Amino acid sequence: MAVPSSLRVVEAGARVYRRTWRGSVISTFLNPVLFLLAMGVGLGTLVDEGSGGADLGISYLKFLAPGLLAATAMQTGAGDASYPVMAGIKWRKTYHAALATPIGVADLTIGHLGWVGVRLVFVTVVYAVIMTLFGATSVFESLLAVPPAVLTGLAFAAVVTAYTATLKNETGLSTLFRFGIVPLFLFSGTFFPIEQLPDYLEPFAYVTPLWHGVSLCRNLALGLEFTVHPLLSVGYLGLWMAAGTWLSIRQMRKRLVL
Amino acid sequence: MPEALVTARGLTKRFGELTAVDAVDFDVRPGEAFGFLGPNGAGKSSTMRMIAAVSPISDGSLRVLGMDPDADGPRIRARLGVVPQEDNLDEELSVYENLLIYGRYFGMAKSKIDERVRELLAFAQLEERRNSRVEPLSGGMKRRLTIARGLINEPDLLILDEPTTGLDPQARHLLWDRLYRLKQAGVTLIITTHYMDEAEQLCDRLVIMDKGRIAAEGAPRELITRHSSREVLELRFPVGTQEEAAQRLEGLAQRTEVLPDRVLLYTDDADRAAADVAARGIVPEATVSRRSTLEDVFLTLTGRSLID
Repeated sequence: MAVPSSLRVVEAGARVYRRTWRGSVISTFLNPVLFLLAMGVGLGTLVDEGSGGADLGISYLKFLAPGLLAATAMQTGAGDASYPVMAGIKWRKTYHAALATPIGVADLTIGHLGWVGVRLVFVTVVYAVIMTLFGATSVFESLLAVPPAVLTGLAFAAVVTAYTATLKNETGLSTLFRFGIVPLFLFSGTFFPIEQLPDYLEPFAYVTPLWHGVSLCRNLALGLEFTVHPLLSVGYLGLWMAAGTWLSIRQMRKRLVL
Repeated sequence: MPEALVTARGLTKRFGELTAVDAVDFDVRPGEAFGFLGPNGAGKSSTMRMIAAVSPISDGSLRVLGMDPDADGPRIRARLGVVPQEDNLDEELSVYENLLIYGRYFGMAKSKIDERVRELLAFAQLEERRNSRVEPLSGGMKRRLTIARGLINEPDLLILDEPTTGLDPQARHLLWDRLYRLKQAGVTLIITTHYMDEAEQLCDRLVIMDKGRIAAEGAPRELITRHSSREVLELRFPVGTQEEAAQRLEGLAQRTEVLPDRVLLYTDDADRAAADVAARGIVPEATVSRRSTLEDVFLTLTGRSLID
């Protein structure tokens, strides 16, 4: 029962998206272009001409693009698991409507994450194509980076869904982005290698799931040496995703079944 | 008598320290419109949510369609229609999309849903709104759409929680007409309401709930006969003089009820009571004689009004 029922929730997500996709199309297509232009090409030229060129061993654009792919997946996953989940629980109460049907809390939660997964595939493939158009990687290699990016996004989506389900109102969501997602975005090896961080901060970067996502995406897309075994990173992200999913079901049940 | 669709014995719902539903017993039979009448906070919605298999019971026993909601939730919900107190339509989507997504949650084929949508939009008088977004629709239209949505799976039992709260009188009457048609078509209805006229109009049988308990059970007329007089004389007095007037009214009726804004005399002959009032030289500001209603039954049983 559980599998087909969650698929019905994924389908509902797709039907809603057919009506609301216009709202996210700009961020999906335009953000990667803007970021790669400003940071990759604009700032990258300075970096490459300075000491960065020698330290990185590759152009800054190449260094940045796959990391940004993982970071974008994180933002998409966290975004789709925050305000839309709050809407389902509190603002539009669409989750309550679904739970009056044969759909159960686990179906609803897994189906929601399943739909976020579909969205992540779409967003990261678009990103990979744009990355290729910028000449950062080849088509094949950039597509290699898509699965770990989706995994990164899902790990965040699962944890953020559990967090959102505990919130009474949306102020906790802006806190999450301000003090969680944005710092991760800036300091998890997306824009510079974490070896640049002060020594005492470096270990923290390894704990963040985003660093593992960045590492997988970058090294797969560029064919570089891994500093941490890739299977370890995949396992770590998988653990976050599994724990997050379990917690999400638990918190959603606490919140929706009274 | 056919087997009951819903059977509750000692049914209890607790939220921490608060006991919202306190050991209630009732049976809902096939084909009847069964009501829960009571003020806000009486435990009606909590009872509804337990019947709808979305809220676990705290104590007692509950059978819905012959199944245990705790073990067979999805199978029970597959055969129920639910119209919640607060519309939870997806307002960004169209009327049709709301019905389609809901039907798919029941695992219905799209062709079957389309067929059902045609019938239901005609029933809900929303045919011209099929492709409109839900957000700008009126409150009455949204409520009718929520009812149509609840009927998509051809349920054995339709549960309506405060179906006309917040609607204007015209929209209410239209909705009552639609619910009456469903009743005629043999759909079993469970309705909660704090409007006594709604309960009288729609319910074959009802329970009066107060503070989590059932105060009385029966058909509307039967409850009125059992717990109230045939007629009521309502008297209104100038502010500040009501207490004094009430004392002088003693002995004129079977029972006298003093409300903040008026005095009610329960009697089998209101006109005669009015004549007696006049004979004692008491001159109220206004006098209304009427038949007893469920509101009077509630007042007699609990000492309070249905709507504060």
